[in-house]
Amino acid sequence: MNHLDTLPPWAAILVAVLVLLGALFAFVGSIGLLRLKNFYQRVHAPTLGSTLGAFFMLAASITCFSVLHGRPIFNEILIGVFLTLTTPITLMLLVRAALYRDREEGSQDVPRELPHE
Amino acid sequence: MSHQLLDAAIILAQLLLLLAMSFSIIRMVRGPRAQDRVLALDALYVNAMILLLTIGIRTGSVLYVEASLIIALLGFAATVALSKFLMRGQVIE
Repeated sequence: MNHLDTLPPWAAILVAVLVLLGALFAFVGSIGLLRLKNFYQRVHAPTLGSTLGAFFMLAASITCFSVLHGRPIFNEILIGVFLTLTTPITLMLLVRAALYRDREEGSQDVPRELPHE
Repeated sequence: MSHQLLDAAIILAQLLLLLAMSFSIIRMVRGPRAQDRVLALDALYVNAMILLLTIGIRTGSVLYVEASLIIALLGFAATVALSKFLMRGQVIE
């Protein structure tokens, strides 16, 4: 019928489990983004999707295409390396900006700036 | 048997990712402050990237991998630019 039917059963089950795990991690991360109380708690939740969620999905993609084409295909590794490098950078910049904005407003919920900073 | 399982798993995963994307859109609309909206945009593009990977597995085309790489790249640039804007009020000084 289609290309997925040419996968051997062990590969089909492995890809199914990896795809489901990746989607579940991304889903749980988004629930956290919706439900947690303040910004500094919420910033932790989506990282679940951008690390474990993305990596399970990339592993599923690598398995699927390597078995389908009969040779190892590692294009997905690029995405993995890129996400590992960029996620901490973006979130640190974002939290720095949020902390700066909260301090400018004189909010009592964030720690005061240290004198030597 | 295992192929029906794979089809069902991919469809279920796509539904979960769509739900995840709609949750981040809800947070983007509600999000009390600007930084919440930027964070929700970040989560939205990561989820969109993962969704594109599942579409690639479903259609069997390797091109979707490159497309999701581009989404990751542009999303990184967008989030960095928006965080700089929140910090300084301008992107390029």
